[in-house]
Amino acid sequence: MVKDTRLSTKLWAAANWALIGFFVVNLLAMIATVVVSSFSTRWLGTWLPAGWTTRWYSAAWAEFQLYDVLFVTFQIAFLVVFLSGLIGVPAAYALARRDFPGKKLIMLLFLLPLLVPPITFGIPLATVLYQTGFAGSMSGVVLANLVPTVPFVILVMIPFIEQIDTKIESAARVFGANTFQLFIHVLLPLLAPGILAALLLVLVRTLAMFELTFLTAGPTSQTLVVALYYAVFAAGVRAVQSIDAMAVIYMATTLIWLVIALRFVNPTQIVARAKK
Amino acid sequence: MSSADLSSIPLKQRLAARGYDGLTLLCLPAILFLLALFIYPFLYGLVLSFEPKQGGIFANYQRFFSDSFLYGTIGTTLWLALPVTIATLVLAIPIAFRVRLMKNQRLLTTILVVPITLGTVLVAEGLLNYLGPQGWFNRTLMTFGIISSPVKLLHNYWGVMLSLVITGFPFTFLLTLSYLSGIDPALEQAGATLGAGPWDRFKHILLPLLLPGLAITFCLSFVQAFSVFPSAVLLGAPSGPTRVISIAAYQAAFEEYDYSMASAVAMIMGVVQLTIVVLVLGVRGLFYRGPAGGGKG
Repeated sequence: MVKDTRLSTKLWAAANWALIGFFVVNLLAMIATVVVSSFSTRWLGTWLPAGWTTRWYSAAWAEFQLYDVLFVTFQIAFLVVFLSGLIGVPAAYALARRDFPGKKLIMLLFLLPLLVPPITFGIPLATVLYQTGFAGSMSGVVLANLVPTVPFVILVMIPFIEQIDTKIESAARVFGANTFQLFIHVLLPLLAPGILAALLLVLVRTLAMFELTFLTAGPTSQTLVVALYYAVFAAGVRAVQSIDAMAVIYMATTLIWLVIALRFVNPTQIVARAKK
Repeated sequence: MSSADLSSIPLKQRLAARGYDGLTLLCLPAILFLLALFIYPFLYGLVLSFEPKQGGIFANYQRFFSDSFLYGTIGTTLWLALPVTIATLVLAIPIAFRVRLMKNQRLLTTILVVPITLGTVLVAEGLLNYLGPQGWFNRTLMTFGIISSPVKLLHNYWGVMLSLVITGFPFTFLLTLSYLSGIDPALEQAGATLGAGPWDRFKHILLPLLLPGLAITFCLSFVQAFSVFPSAVLLGAPSGPTRVISIAAYQAAFEEYDYSMASAVAMIMGVVQLTIVVLVLGVRGLFYRGPAGGGKG
């Protein structure tokens, strides 16, 4: 890049850093308040709470039936991950390797669910799911969550597949592999890092997906984020600390997967691959 | 080749020559899935919105546009979404320019990804603690003597606005950064060699190349902000100043159980989003379009 040593440039750089610092400090402080509050005995009108305790975690665990909620959440999340991989990866392979009339239209079909916000297509989708009897149960939540994740897997995987040399596949064909064998023995090992990254991001997205789950979930198919919403919505009934303890548990469930995912992917992929 | 010859070639081969073969069929499940769960619900909702519980086919739309409690939500939502989109862009552009110069971008970009993965509900819960009258934010400002009494930032317009900026900023930033990284640094260096200062380089080289990307970023951020729901309920005043259009749609569907009306509101929401996107993309057509790389040719 171009080096510049004049004063105005340095001042501008300092202002930029101040802006970055301001944003990051506020963000971290916001997260820290939730964590601190979840460990506090009583926290009113002071910088730090009066005392420290872990009892809110056991309180929240019992009050919000977190065992059931977590169990449902991970069942839903892993089903979504598995199905979006199963539907998405072959489709991405076909789109990466073949050029055919109508491909542009199909790409548009895969792009739309990522561009249209969940709440806009979620309301008609929930209506259809309620009328067909899927909504209110786990299958409805899984189906609704698959709508944005299948296209996401496809769009993340296409560039991954395109960079694999077709000669390797031709060689496998020469030695007599059929499409299934080719997939299992050649493509899957080569694509594993890409698939893993895409599916981890799907997992994080599903855990954090509020709108679609909120619109389609019944009392027994709530994910953690929806349970958290209801707890915050009905705040006042329960102690703030116990809601915060639940929020910390939710944060932990998403951040762990994010940290794992970031070992395999560049952060810009989370949004930028969805753009073209 | 005459038509007689063409028919003598098996159909399978003719299709394969155009790119349709067994492998192409692998994308069929995904297509069918999205047709069934994305396109069909949309069309179903569109049809349903013209079949109101009572009245003629346009009754839902007539009700929406005659009740200020309903049509007012469009203005409320725009009044939130447009400033938020502009604010995130104004924040994101200088930061993206700064981060572009850094060698190790990973840590900072990772921190900035966190709000996306936490989601709107957690950010709302965090802000309820952090921005409250006894929260750290007000305390810090009061300690430094900037304000004498706590600023009211919750359960009004500002709470929703701030939460949308926090959740929207990372998305805007990462998109801007990826567009910016696509601009060949050689172009800027050439400008510097010819004596252009930082501002001139920004104005005459980087900004024109970035504008088409910024237009896309604007559209995506706007559409996300326009569909705000949880933070408008949790941090705002959902019956008053932050009664956004998604609240109206949700109430019609799940409080009045009037799916027809809810579909109508969802369709109106989609149309408003689409209008703004088309407007912005129309303006984008006026900008420079061409390669952002240097190249020798």
